Formats: sequence, structure tokens, C-alpha cells
Amino acid sequence: MRQFTYLRPSTSKAAIDALSKDPNAQFIAGGTNLIDLMKKGVMAPEKLVDINNLPLKEIKKQTGNLHIGALALNSDVSENKLVTQYHPLLSLALKAGASAQLRNMATVGGNMLQRTRCFYFYEPSLPCNKREPGSGCGALEGVNRMHAIFGWSDKCIAVHPSDMAIAMVALDASVLVYGPKGNRRIPFQDFHRLPGDTPEKDNSLEKGELVMGVEIPDGPFTKNVHYLKVRDRASYAFALVSVAAALNISGKTIKDARLAMGGVAHKPWRLLDAEKALIGKPATEETFKQAADIAMRGAKGFKYNSFKIPMGKNAILDALKTAAAKV
Amino acid sequence: MQENENCKNIKASRRDFFKQSSLLAAIALTPSAVINAAQQEWDEKVASAIEEVSVQLDVNGIKHSLSIEPRVTLLDLLREQLHLTGTKKGCDHGQCGACTVHVNGNRINSCMTLAVMQEGKKITTIEGLAKGDKLHPMQEAFIKHDGFQCGYCTPGQIMSAVACIREGHADTEAEIREYMSGNICRCGAYPNIVDAIMEVKKGGKKV
Repeated sequence: MRQFTYLRPSTSKAAIDALSKDPNAQFIAGGTNLIDLMKKGVMAPEKLVDINNLPLKEIKKQTGNLHIGALALNSDVSENKLVTQYHPLLSLALKAGASAQLRNMATVGGNMLQRTRCFYFYEPSLPCNKREPGSGCGALEGVNRMHAIFGWSDKCIAVHPSDMAIAMVALDASVLVYGPKGNRRIPFQDFHRLPGDTPEKDNSLEKGELVMGVEIPDGPFTKNVHYLKVRDRASYAFALVSVAAALNISGKTIKDARLAMGGVAHKPWRLLDAEKALIGKPATEETFKQAADIAMRGAKGFKYNSFKIPMGKNAILDALKTAAAKV
Repeated sequence: MQENENCKNIKASRRDFFKQSSLLAAIALTPSAVINAAQQEWDEKVASAIEEVSVQLDVNGIKHSLSIEPRVTLLDLLREQLHLTGTKKGCDHGQCGACTVHVNGNRINSCMTLAVMQEGKKITTIEGLAKGDKLHPMQEAFIKHDGFQCGYCTPGQIMSAVACIREGHADTEAEIREYMSGNICRCGAYPNIVDAIMEVKKGGKKV
């Protein structure tokens, strides 16, 4: 690991000042991704600004939403009573991610800011436009089994690895950000980017901006929800595909629906057209099949990952059936 | 006795070899002034030429006041500076769980955190689990159920298993398997590990 200087400020202002002044500085919270990347030589910050002393751990119910501080641990959020009561989908998604040890370290802010696990990004000797713009995409014609089927560009076909983020986008969360220009709020849907011609930029944060927390608006998705993660082993692996499904069923009719996928794109992939195909329809397998067909329209795979298209369709069907069956 | 002595010497020299080779690796990345210092007097001068930070840690009930480079992981601090080599380095990338320790009672991967980030925290390693000569119930259960073969992952498995019960995630075999998934055992002792945890859980002893 390269050397760096280390700071531990006690206010958010001092933290963003420390970062703004130094082009090669990084915030560190749980460290479960950044330290790994530093060991691999993928990232080599000259300064680490440890934000763990900032007061950003709180999980609290506010009028109209649930506020979760950026430093709340993945394990604490997944077990929190307010979260399981108001947004059980988020709890399920968090529990599907990583291992118990990593969830005890990883924070909500860090989870959304984690980098892709694309092998080409992670190996400095291989080409990668995200790590080294202009060096090419090794995955495009390489080993691309884990890669994107939606929203990719010929510069980058990496996927975002978070499970938590899939639930967040389905639940219409907002990201609260503080930076040199003050506070702003970014809809979760707009937080992560598609790769386009600038895959080196994962998200819409600007230099020196710090994620302070998220707010999830109150909603009706407290019972018929499911997070299905399909992976190479039963636990502790990144998703091949994952599905966050949330239904509000009244009688036999779907009053409202949310659907998002992970493991398929450079950002959490919300399926708005499929949601529209569910709303107002009876909660039957036929309805779910139609939604799954619509969801996978426009998907395009590569040599080794085209299996994700039928797998995605089946996973959506399965997730919706499981969500609908919950009592 | 003679044999034990020899064994100890071999171990010590192997560790010294690794220390020196990692120093050589570090030299490749450091400024020339530091390299000069290093070439002449090895670690002492490298350490003084690189900015160190102070950190206070409570490890297994003993308070340590240390001066370390910020890039030292908690795992490397435990093994290389405090000589608590019960905590193992497997993958060093948070994927195997061999380095699992408790920080303020919660299990974490010590390879994926910087020691300096744990300022003021209470660390418990496998060495801190037994009470004197009396093994922890989980250690006894691992022996009874043969919950290991080569033993390399075992300290991490045991630290994780204790936390698994404390967290309330050991009610069924399926739940244990899910919540122990961060600890890999290449020998495949999983069924016996699950049996050991189930027995401790059912025994109802405080862990």
C-alpha cells in the first residue's frame, strides 16, 4: 500500500475542507472497499480523511420519511426496528450483501460509493477506462460473465455491486449531500451514472462533497416485499442478477408496485415500465410474467453474460410471486 | 524440549524473513532519502523517516500506546507489532474471515481496517477468549466436534461463531450457515463447525 497522510476531523466542514484542498484525497469510513483497492494499487490517495468521528450514525423517523445517517453501519440498519417496520425491503437487501463481518464495518454512505468489482477494473495491469481513462475496456471482448446487460457503453460494461442501492432506488430514496457549495439533495435514481464516455465517474457527486445521509419517503411497501439475489454460491457473493420487488396489494389488485434490478447495469436499474404494467392489475402469475417480459426489453448481453437475460426474467417472476405471497 | 526449541527457532526465522521481504517491498515505494536510511539501518530508520501517528488500543484487556504508520492494518499491527499471531492472515482482502476479531464486541475483518481508525477501541482476539487455562465454551466445542482440519481458519471461525451467537443469529443450522458465510474453510469442516455452534447455542452458556 502506498503511503498517505491521515486526518480525522470532528466536523463535516473540516472534512470537506480537507478534501477540497487536495486533489488526491479520499474520505474513508468503513474502509472495506477503499482499503482493498489501495492494497491492490487500484487507488492510491495521498491523504485519507477519516470521517468516523462525524455525528452521522443516527437512524430516525421524521415527518414523511425515515432518515439514515451516512455512517450508520449496514448491520445496524438491517436490524433496526424503524427500518424493518417502514422499509423491510431495505433490510432484506442489506442482509443479502457481503458477510456479517463486513456489514459490521461498511456504512450506508460507503455502500453506495463502493466501486465496481469488474476484474479489469480491479487489476491494474489490465486495460480499464474506469480506472485509467483511454486505456480501453478489457471486459468488452474479455471475460464478461459478471457484466452489464442494460445501459452500458462501448467504453465500460461494468456493473454497480451494491444490494442496498437496489432497495434504495426502488423506495425512491434521496441522498443528502454537503459540500463546498452547501447542502443539496440528489434523488437516488440520479445519484449513480451510466458510463457513457466518462466511466471514470461513478456518480454525480462533485469534488469535496460528502454524503451525509439518506431519506426514504414513507410508503405502503411494508409487507409484500422481497429481495432476491441470484449468485454463484448461496451466500457471500456478488449478484449475477438481483431483484427488489415491492407490492401494495388491496384485495387481489396491485395498487402500487416498485421493481429494480442489481447486477445488470452501471447503476441500480429501476424498471418503471414494468411497474406500470403491474399497477391496477390482479396479483397473478400472468401479470407478473408480463411485467418480467417488459422489464427485460432492451437487454443486450455479451459473450459470457447473455444468460442474465432469461435469468433476470425468471428472477423477477420469482421475486414478485414471493413478495405477493407474504402475509 | 529440544525439539520444541528448534521448532520455535524455525518459526522465528521464518517470520523475520517475511519482515525483511516486506521491508524490501516497502523500499521500492519510498523516497530516496528513506531508502538510504533503510539500506543502512533497516526498519528503525525507515520508521523514523515516515510520518507516524500515535494510537491507543485496548487489546484483550491490555492497554497499548503505539506509534504506527497510518497504512498499518489492524491485522498487521496485531501480528507484527503485538505478536498476537493467533489472528491469521488468509486472503488479506476481506474475503476469507481468517482475520476476524471483535472490536467493541462486534466481529470485523481486521485486514480491512487501518489500526489508526480503531483509536480508543476494545479489541478482542482469539488469545483473549480463554480465561487463563480455561478454554472458552466455543473452543471446547470446536475440539469436541472436530471443527477443523488444518486449523488455519479456526481462530477466525471461533471469533465469528461467538459473535454469531451473541448477535442472536444461531437459532437454526440454516441461519448459522448464512451468518458464518464470511468464514471460509478450505478443508471443508463446515458440518462440524455448525455442530459445534449449535451445541454451544443449545447449551445456553453465556458466550
